[in-house]
Amino acid sequence: MNVSIILIILLFGALATYFAGDKLAKTVALVISLASFVASVAILNQHNAGISSDFIYKWISNPNIYLASKVDGLAIAMMLLTTALTTIIVWSSFANQFKNAKGFYALVLFMSFAMVGTFVSADAFLYYIFWELALIPIYFIALVWGNGDVEERKRAIVKFFIYTLAGSLFMLTAFIYLFSKAGSLLIDELYLLRLTEQEQFWIFGAFFLAYAIKIPIFPFHTWQANTYQLSPSVGTMLLSGIMLKMGLYSVIRWQLPLAPLAAKTYMNIFLVLSIIGVVYGSIVALKQHNLKKLLAYSSLAHVGLIAAGAYTLSLDGLRGAVLQMIAHGFVVVGLFFAAEIIERRLNTQEIAQMGGIRILDTKFASMFMIVMVASVGLPGTFNFIGEFSLLYSLYNVDIWYAVIGGTTIILGAVYMLKMFQNVMLGEANAKPFAAITLQESLVFVIIIAVLLFFGLYPKPINDLITPALQEIVAKINRV
Amino acid sequence: MEKNIALVLVLAPFFGFLFNVFFGKKAGKTLVGLVGTASVLVSFLSTLFFFSALNANPSQPVVVDLFQWISLEKFNVNFSFLLDQLSVLWLLFVTGIGTLIHLYSISYMHDDENMNKFFAYLNLFVFFMIMLVMGSNLVILFIGWEGVGLCSYLLIGFWYKNQDYNDAAKKAFIMNRIGDLGLLVGLFIVAYVFGSLDYKVISEGAYNTQLVSNNSGLIALAALCLFIGATGKSAQIPLYTWLPDAMAGPTPVSALIHAATMVTAGIFMVTRMHFLFDLAPQILDLIAIVGAATAVLAASIGLVQNDIKKVLAYSTVSQLGLMFLALGLGAYEIAVFHVITHAFFKACLFLGSGSVIHALHGEQDMRNMGGLRKVMPITFWTMMISTLAISGIFPLSGFWSKDEILLTAFHSNIPLWIVGSIASIMTAFYMFRLMYLTFFGEFRGTEEQKHHLHESPALITFPLIVLAILAAVGGLISLPGNSWLNHYLAPLFRKAHEAHHLDATAYALMAVATVGALIGIGIAYSKYIKKQEVPVQDAEMKGFASVLYHKYYVDEAYDVVVVTPLKKLSHFFRNYFEVAFSETVFAFGKIANAIGTQGKVLQNGSVGFYLLAFVIGMASILVYLFLV
Amino acid sequence: MENILQAIGIENYIFLSVMLFCIGAFGVLYRRNAIIMFMSIEIMLNAVNLLLVAFSTLHQDAEGQVFVFFSMAVAAAEVAVGLAILVSIFRNTGSIDIDNLKNLKG
Repeated sequence: MNVSIILIILLFGALATYFAGDKLAKTVALVISLASFVASVAILNQHNAGISSDFIYKWISNPNIYLASKVDGLAIAMMLLTTALTTIIVWSSFANQFKNAKGFYALVLFMSFAMVGTFVSADAFLYYIFWELALIPIYFIALVWGNGDVEERKRAIVKFFIYTLAGSLFMLTAFIYLFSKAGSLLIDELYLLRLTEQEQFWIFGAFFLAYAIKIPIFPFHTWQANTYQLSPSVGTMLLSGIMLKMGLYSVIRWQLPLAPLAAKTYMNIFLVLSIIGVVYGSIVALKQHNLKKLLAYSSLAHVGLIAAGAYTLSLDGLRGAVLQMIAHGFVVVGLFFAAEIIERRLNTQEIAQMGGIRILDTKFASMFMIVMVASVGLPGTFNFIGEFSLLYSLYNVDIWYAVIGGTTIILGAVYMLKMFQNVMLGEANAKPFAAITLQESLVFVIIIAVLLFFGLYPKPINDLITPALQEIVAKINRV
Repeated sequence: MEKNIALVLVLAPFFGFLFNVFFGKKAGKTLVGLVGTASVLVSFLSTLFFFSALNANPSQPVVVDLFQWISLEKFNVNFSFLLDQLSVLWLLFVTGIGTLIHLYSISYMHDDENMNKFFAYLNLFVFFMIMLVMGSNLVILFIGWEGVGLCSYLLIGFWYKNQDYNDAAKKAFIMNRIGDLGLLVGLFIVAYVFGSLDYKVISEGAYNTQLVSNNSGLIALAALCLFIGATGKSAQIPLYTWLPDAMAGPTPVSALIHAATMVTAGIFMVTRMHFLFDLAPQILDLIAIVGAATAVLAASIGLVQNDIKKVLAYSTVSQLGLMFLALGLGAYEIAVFHVITHAFFKACLFLGSGSVIHALHGEQDMRNMGGLRKVMPITFWTMMISTLAISGIFPLSGFWSKDEILLTAFHSNIPLWIVGSIASIMTAFYMFRLMYLTFFGEFRGTEEQKHHLHESPALITFPLIVLAILAAVGGLISLPGNSWLNHYLAPLFRKAHEAHHLDATAYALMAVATVGALIGIGIAYSKYIKKQEVPVQDAEMKGFASVLYHKYYVDEAYDVVVVTPLKKLSHFFRNYFEVAFSETVFAFGKIANAIGTQGKVLQNGSVGFYLLAFVIGMASILVYLFLV
Repeated sequence: MENILQAIGIENYIFLSVMLFCIGAFGVLYRRNAIIMFMSIEIMLNAVNLLLVAFSTLHQDAEGQVFVFFSMAVAAAEVAVGLAILVSIFRNTGSIDIDNLKNLKG
């Protein structure tokens, strides 16, 4: 069995969902995403047993392009993250009534397909196709099923679409150049290239534009807040939970090993940008009136720290980055889900119109609370492990990076607690708040279980990703 | 066997927490209280087991290694526990006093609709506190450290309908987090220098002169960062302002978390890492100065507070300052000694004040109390013993511990001794002011309250009596000349600290301290008993008293220096930076748009024009091909 | 065959087809009636056909004439499509003046 099975499940699953009709669409989508998750677990088992799940087929003979996939522990981790989160996200939307549901869920699965494809591709051409393919479904999801004023939404979503697309074009240019040098786009052959520092600089820069917009790194983040706010929650979860991890993953998989000299030379610039993002995102989050926008800025701060860890080029940094990517994926889905639950009941995203929810629904309050403290990196939760490794790797570069990046633990507490206080605490609101349903609370329970389990016992993930990351560090450090 | 008991020790309160969260509502209040209390009692009994084991075999601390937790390139952090003299001692009073306070809460919180939540949080707190104390490395300590902060947040904001309480809770959490960042950076430095975060490895490294001399700057920095962490948790200058606000929580919380246990975490950590601090004498000096300054500053604010719990809160800050003074002087055992005696008498005082508040149905302003001595004799007498203890009256526990601190200060630095002594005199004054205003004179509350005055039930008075006895005799564990505590803690320290001998200086200082305390009591007596003064209303306060009453306007200053600028910055970023970045991106779109607008003139829709352009184009290509 | 070329030199054929082509081109550019433009295009096409035939004769190579057949067939198809379009334009707008067709204006 190789990883193509997951891609096939998701692609045909998307079609099946579309043809299942509006009524059955969400059930079919859930079954398909669950099947893809099970298949990912099977791939994981196969990997642990030492059997390779790679595949390679000739696709186009001139230019020399392959359908190739190489799955190491890192790719498997990301694949598991994607399929698990897709399942959770699909399930979390069960209470929503979408117009044309079959189209909606088909697009969700199609997006999952493209994202898994991005994580497992071992040929730059294929990778690029998947990378861009992932943009199309989210464009429609956000545009057609989004909320808020249509004109405003169009403006924000089109901006997001063109912005990311434009960034990716630079990456394409870099790949074309690399192809002209290597005669192939297989990642292993690209790794073998010996580029001059000048060449590496341009390639690194081209990659950086694509990834910095996707992640996003300050100051390329301006699409984020509005897109998150105006997308339907499912779209926001897909974007923040998985899609921005594509950028971070690509930094680790493509950018750093292909241009290690440039990475080392200009490390400080990228560290500074990432860390500015941490502080800036936190400070802007302090004064947000819209719950989803606030969470968007908190996401900016968190991924800034992850990117900073990756750019330290150390094993600790990379490992922390990957751990935090996974942890952040779950936590941010949990947070946006909480926002969605509130929106379902109160029909608003404005924090000022909330308050006193804890009195009306203590169960929801407790679960929201746990996810929130996980997001501020309380020890014992998964996020702490990542944050600890990241900050430690930053410390090893320079103590000030750790101190300034570490302000996230203070500022994160400030805006999160403030948000929680205004949304959940205080006197009861006049508006009714229906108690959280069993299905909604089960979604939370799964997310919380993941966060707490890996917070105490991250070893399985650690053992999975470490060999792959060691290889990447070795490639970065080759002279 | 030992591993299992250690697990029981840690997990019992956690199971109490789980029970109260999931079954608390159904189980009923009696069962909630019972399970909550019993789970802590189980921990206490397990601690007794380790205590006796350690006494039998002092050189063999128990290490329980569970599993590998965080892996880093150079070292791993394991989930493991260490039960040596220090942690067992701490566990004894954490779980012991914890049990008493849980018992007390059964009655105190009985009428609260969320009693199960309260016990759940309290159990969770004990669990995290045990983690903090029992961890065998700094990261486990950090779990507990942040965990108790979370519980403190939850309990301060326990009455979450009141946004003022929520503000206080938030403030406590955030100020703690400022310290936590310091602690975290300290951890990183320690890890970098010693290649591990395990206490054992660090202590071995700290005695490696080669390693130490190569990294002396970093070690001092590490000590400074760890101390910043301690200032947050243990409410020292400049991060002390959260503690008085934390009194918004229910009184048992103030007794357990904000007096007896959590706030001593900083002292625990410094004592734990003493080998590191010993290498950084300049940081030790700083600790001593900060401690002394906090002691006198907080005591001075305590002089004029009218809220009974606020007085006790400032007293706690001040006493913690004295403990840091002792730490700064390198007298770790003495600091530990004062932690223990303080835990006894301060817990008793808080619980006593809770008993008073309970009797008055939530009244906390001492201006509306008075004359409670006859109605509440048990509360009065237990609080009186504790007040005498905290004031340092012979032969109660506070006398011995405070005297040791002042004696040490006298031997090393006279100005610090003077500051410490002033703080103790103030302590005696404000504590007796509290007692006189609350228990003596005539009752000043409403008729309604007077009608309902009563002594609290046995569940409340029993812990008070136990704690009062401990506050009275607690000094026995470390009498000068023959200190059991020093002897017990000796295996921790490489160089043994001998208890002070009872020489002439010691006696003279004892006399001075006692006279000082008596002076403080005397002033309080003449003001509040003889002249029957009652503190004036807030608006009438003037001069320095007003400055004191407003806590030197430190909160306001923080507001102006930190909070407001941060808000402004956030505003500025949101309204200008965000817009600027956004517009920059749109500018690219606009450039493309402008080119398009110009270009669309060519696309005028006239077929003839297109044909002309086509022919001209073809012709020019032909001309180019044939003629050029 | 050769005698035809001997009788009238190849230059004359070239000259004639250039003339025809230019007439066609100017017709396309000047006239606004779509049918006349269409006819002009046909003239241009036939000018090229003529040239192809002439050169085919000159080089004694039948390929050129084959091409002419091709282009005539294409022209016939084009006329069918083009006239159909014109008819539908006429039905919609009531005229076949191409100046009225400005829907593509940017």
